[in-house]
Amino acid sequence: MALFSRGFSGGRRVPPELADRVPPGQYVEHGFPVLTAGPTPRVDPDEWGLRIDGMVAEPRRWTAAQFRELPSEAVPCDIHCVTKWSKLGTSFTGVSVDVLLDAVEPLGPYAMAYSYGDYTTNLAIEDLSDGKAWVVTEHEGEPLAREHGGPARLLVPHLYFWKSAKWVAGLRIMDHDEPGFWETNGYHNRGDPWKEERYWND
Amino acid sequence: MERLTPVAPRAPGRWQIATVASIKAETPSVKSYRLALPMWMPHLPGQHYDVRLTAPDGYVAQRSYSVASSPLDEGEIELTIDCLADGEVSPYFHDVVEEGDQVEVRGPFASYFVWRGTEPAPVVLVGGGSGVVPLMAMLRHRRRNMPEIDMRLVYSVRTAADVIYAAELDDDTVLTFTREPPAGWSGHTGRLDAGLIGAAAADAMAAYVCGSNGFVETASMLLLEAGLKAEWIRTERFGPTG
Repeated sequence: MALFSRGFSGGRRVPPELADRVPPGQYVEHGFPVLTAGPTPRVDPDEWGLRIDGMVAEPRRWTAAQFRELPSEAVPCDIHCVTKWSKLGTSFTGVSVDVLLDAVEPLGPYAMAYSYGDYTTNLAIEDLSDGKAWVVTEHEGEPLAREHGGPARLLVPHLYFWKSAKWVAGLRIMDHDEPGFWETNGYHNRGDPWKEERYWND
Repeated sequence: MERLTPVAPRAPGRWQIATVASIKAETPSVKSYRLALPMWMPHLPGQHYDVRLTAPDGYVAQRSYSVASSPLDEGEIELTIDCLADGEVSPYFHDVVEEGDQVEVRGPFASYFVWRGTEPAPVVLVGGGSGVVPLMAMLRHRRRNMPEIDMRLVYSVRTAADVIYAAELDDDTVLTFTREPPAGWSGHTGRLDAGLIGAAAADAMAAYVCGSNGFVETASMLLLEAGLKAEWIRTERFGPTG
């Protein structure tokens, strides 16, 4: 049972018309905060490439130039950070993970996204397919800033934003699930913001 | 007769009702709150707790705050909260919360930006403004439990009035004043630079950096230049938290 907080009325409530877009325990932030566990990696945009390997019929690597030839789309979305802020009505541009998976034919139901700078995060293929995930290179019409994961990051807006790996280098397809970086360090294995799956025991 | 006090469930993550045991004003905008926890468990220095406030109509606000105290303070945690003008939880703490009040908390959480005492040493801590809070948990714990470990703090503040934990800063701490040093100050002034970080990080093997994103970017660049390995520079950047 909740404890009412004496004298608390709530000074940053979400306007009612936006209430159904803000998951429980989140508040709306208009900026785009940066949260990174170590120094920001420097990835040369021309050297960047994306690999899909592991349990696939045909492992593949796209160079930056090859990646630019893939069909890209605008992705309007709301994003939700486990540190409690949500950013509504933002947009990214990139390539649907469906396009990438079609090219390699995954043979396992799980993936580990891995990044330049050694970050990892685990996702089920189910959360990466059917128009739910992208590899994006632009944010609101500009090249993705380095501090936000440029040249490219994963975008999985229906999960907490740590799943949207910055400086993404590839996806390793696996036959089993395995925790990634934050999932090993106390955060939830799946991270659905609507179920408030923040930490291990949630 | 059954025990009236059941064995406390210790899994982190359960909401519990803490009681504010004491409040200390650190600076005009920063206060430290000692909370007594019915389901206390030892945290790792660097970990945080979530705080939840509930309005009479059921509206809820949650924020995360770093623990400032050593886990040797059994039954209690200290949260040091910087009052943000456009926030809703930190102004509530500053303007409303009194000793004896109850607040809901859960934790401790996250196990990357933590100091266990087994990391390579010397350890250099670099804090900007209220970014010093989780670093203070590490420094306090080292002083009490592992004084043999070489640990130094570089602490960047704007003015003398902004120094949190002023009475506790010792010769393991190097201060720099970025805006206005106190009268007669002969130490460092201005923002972090290669001289300051180079000296503090000389022979350091691990670093913990906490502050605004710009501060953390600068500090981690300087630490890399001073020879620290990227995998031993752990950072925590302020998301907006209010």
